[in-house]
Amino acid sequence: MELILDTLGLAKSAELLSLSPPGWGGNLLRGLANSLQIALGAFGFGLVIGLFGASGKLHGGVVVRDLLAIYTTVIRAVPELVLILILYYVGTDLINQAASALGYGRVEISGVVAGIWVLGIVQGAYATEVLRGAIQAIPQGQIEAARAFGMPPLMLMRRVTIPAMMSYATPGLANLWLIATKDTALLAIVGFSELTLETRQAASSTRAYFTFFLAAGALYMIVTLFSGAIFARIEKWARRGQPSLREAGK
Amino acid sequence: MTGWRSLLQPHRIVLMALFAGLVVWCAVSLRWDWIPQYTPLAIEGAWRTIWILVVTTVAGFLLAIPLGLAQAIGPWYLSVPAKTFCTIIRGTPLLLQIWLLYYGLGSLFPQIPWIRGSELWPYLRQAWPYAVLALTLSYAGYEGEVMRGAFAGVNKGQLEAANAFGMPRFTMFRRIWLPQAIRNVLPTLGGETILQLKATPLVATITVVEIYAVSSRVRSDLFIVYEPLLLLALFYMIIAGIIALLFRRFELKTGSRV
Repeated sequence: MELILDTLGLAKSAELLSLSPPGWGGNLLRGLANSLQIALGAFGFGLVIGLFGASGKLHGGVVVRDLLAIYTTVIRAVPELVLILILYYVGTDLINQAASALGYGRVEISGVVAGIWVLGIVQGAYATEVLRGAIQAIPQGQIEAARAFGMPPLMLMRRVTIPAMMSYATPGLANLWLIATKDTALLAIVGFSELTLETRQAASSTRAYFTFFLAAGALYMIVTLFSGAIFARIEKWARRGQPSLREAGK
Repeated sequence: MTGWRSLLQPHRIVLMALFAGLVVWCAVSLRWDWIPQYTPLAIEGAWRTIWILVVTTVAGFLLAIPLGLAQAIGPWYLSVPAKTFCTIIRGTPLLLQIWLLYYGLGSLFPQIPWIRGSELWPYLRQAWPYAVLALTLSYAGYEGEVMRGAFAGVNKGQLEAANAFGMPRFTMFRRIWLPQAIRNVLPTLGGETILQLKATPLVATITVVEIYAVSSRVRSDLFIVYEPLLLLALFYMIIAGIIALLFRRFELKTGSRV
């Protein structure tokens, strides 16, 4: 192993990337864990917002529909970076005001919670659109059949709408998940130590920029490819019982 | 004008009144006295944002055409590298790509004597070439994937007809294949261009002074948080609206929107 590294001239890089303290590998992995934690939280939070947003857009009153239209349009037109800053400051301000109203001092907000809150609201706007499209793609008869049997709305959602829309929503949701993992990098700018910021710190203190940025790129690629495979399985599962696209075309 | 009448529904009037109230409240209770002082800088920054956006989308799109073509019909020694390039660009965060190019190449170049001696060196010492390069490659990566689908989606019969008339391959590509491929994906391209606009503030992290950097400077100079950020959000929304309108006009003109 060492012989191979030596002949390729990578011994120094391997040393820098080693997991034990003189190397920075441990820091990178910790950053990756933080990134994934935030991405998962934000994706989940976004899905919840998206589910409510989609049902609001489809079945809500005129005011709810207009407000949701403003929400999705504004979020999708303003850069994530700007939104992250605005939501970050609004969130910390609100919490601090609430805390001082309740008689506590200034509250220090954990980076993970702030990241999930900020990215979740951004994800929610996209998830609303994805889920709305997916729900609209369900054949109307299925929902009418459930209503005809007197199924209550929540049970209808759980047993008919969500399973039936899964196959239409998975490609869009897979995209959203990938956006979530990549958007965590933006939290580096508000100083949260996720993978990209850890990488930059490691790179600037060792001057080995290529080594660390390429290593981080490889980590992100692994996450992307791995989630691609998982989502392919989910989609296959969600489409079970449906004719494959090729058969449907015949 | 049904468009205007739909705005006059009672709940919309209430919403608009609320919004107007919010704007008035912002205008009265927030600090705006810094605007005249920073206007020249802001105009320069806005101009730089737009300039970077236009240059990188045009260059990126020109790169995306061969990338898409290579993936759609190329032999494996062209399609595999093109596919790998698109996957890597789409699989890693843009911020990381920008930092890799700026800090990585930027630390490598000064060690190579002939680059230091070349005429390009004064440019390579600045940040914007790296920003433009990173954004161009990113747009090319995303659009390469879009163009692959677009080239594959053009009706084969048309290409066969052109072939049957003995049209040279390049003319066929220029007159039939490319225009139809672009027409089919114009809506997607519009969306991607707005995404590209939203990616431009990332170059502020490598010291390119565009509009986002100007707003950060106001924030750190005067310790005010919301005012510059709100104006910045407004700026991006206006530009995104203009892009959407331009693409809709293209779409109407080329008949891709029926």
